Amino acid sequence: MDACKREVTTVSDEPGDEDAETDGGVRAYTVRLELVDEPGELLRALEPIANNGGNLLSIHHERGNITPRGHIPVEVDLESPPDRFDDIVDALRDAGVNVIQAGAEHYGEEVSVVLVGDLVDTDLSDTLSRIEDEADAVVRDLSLAAPDGTDAVTSARVRLAIDSGNADAALEAIRSLGSKKELTVVEPLLGGDAP
Amino acid sequence: MKLAILGAGDVGRSVADLAGDYGHDVVALADSTTAAVDPDGIDVDGALERKVGGQSVGSNDPEAVFETEYDVLVEATPTTLGDAEPGFSHVERALEDDRHAVLANKGPVAERYEELRALEADSAGSVRFEATVGGAIPILSTIEDETPQAVTAVRGVLNGTANFILTRMAAEGLDYEHVLAEAQDLGVAEADPTFDVDGTDAALKFVILANVLADGGFALEDATVEGIQSIPGSALDLAAEDGRTIRLIGEATREGVRVGPRLVPENGPLAVTGTRNIVQIETRNAGSLHSSGRGAGGPETATAVLSDVGRLPPL
Repeated sequence: MDACKREVTTVSDEPGDEDAETDGGVRAYTVRLELVDEPGELLRALEPIANNGGNLLSIHHERGNITPRGHIPVEVDLESPPDRFDDIVDALRDAGVNVIQAGAEHYGEEVSVVLVGDLVDTDLSDTLSRIEDEADAVVRDLSLAAPDGTDAVTSARVRLAIDSGNADAALEAIRSLGSKKELTVVEPLLGGDAP
Repeated sequence: MKLAILGAGDVGRSVADLAGDYGHDVVALADSTTAAVDPDGIDVDGALERKVGGQSVGSNDPEAVFETEYDVLVEATPTTLGDAEPGFSHVERALEDDRHAVLANKGPVAERYEELRALEADSAGSVRFEATVGGAIPILSTIEDETPQAVTAVRGVLNGTANFILTRMAAEGLDYEHVLAEAQDLGVAEADPTFDVDGTDAALKFVILANVLADGGFALEDATVEGIQSIPGSALDLAAEDGRTIRLIGEATREGVRVGPRLVPENGPLAVTGTRNIVQIETRNAGSLHSSGRGAGGPETATAVLSDVGRLPPL
């Protein structure tokens, strides 16, 4: 067991990432666990994640794939603020869960879009919550400009946290919401300049 | 080479004016009503003086252009959409007569690319059209050098008027209408700027690029196009708070064409200012290439026409 624990892999932060986010910004992580094949084991392993601010994304419970030691491998995808992730791993170990690998497999991305139109009349808070639902995103912050009052054309910049690799789908969803609500959506240009 | 130039607007006149410097002779220059034709080379200065002075270019019928001995037809008549006439028929006649055709007119290449290539295949002449995309900037020749198969996408700013308007709006905090009026006063925007600001002009260029990448398959109707008319100054202010700005950006890939206002880093390569144009050519083996320069203007576009002429094989 101790040998297993030493296998824990820590993946360092992606180099070249401009401003390191300390507040906000969740990242997605994958944790591989090995559980004893006993009732309640899975639940016991997931509790420390939720209790330490992790948001479960998916759980892959490979019941049919018993390890040589007779354990069941489980792969858990979760999101958490980067500064909470170590706490989650520590809490899992404190709870006696065998953590085989913990690391940032993919990084959450951030994208900003600017919305233009009759944002107030089209119910801004509904727009934002539909963006969260339909684009599978989290609104990180919102900046509004209404130089001619809220009855006229207003603009909003919305910063969104999304799963890595999901930007195209998220933007597509926002685009279709924009056309339903007759809002102009100014999307970021992705690709090309990205490292 | 002996050039027959159709169209005596800024581009046609500049091609006539500069042809001698590049070692070519102008045997015909025509506008929509008359032509100056001389198999031994026309008096270019005289023809240009007459045109600018509001007189007829010459004493011949434009039809006479096709009867004379020429090597390269330079198609510089105004761009038309849909059937792209009369430009398309002009090029068709040249190719059927086994002459080369060099286009500055976007219509035939954007709207009828496959037909154009089919005519070329049956002709001893070739078709080139560097001047249709990005004025003076060597874009198509760069793609040709990289080979189209090795280019995965082309993105960028290919309309100077829209870029000028967005630049001024961001710098001065002014609204669209105000800056458009200013651009018209400066002669940067035409009296009817519709095709520049609604994205059509940029879309035609990116359709041409997509046709080159995919060897055809696209026309203007296949492009997703949005203009800049609905962008208020406040949207640019918000973008700037975040270190970004808004530009009318086009994207051409083998999958499609899209033109619309997009957020780009304020200090990034694509955020060119004023009427400047830029393209980013994304390649499979050589990373991204950026070329920037003047995307319009008579002499600028004429240099693209003349470098095409220089690349043509002898007939």
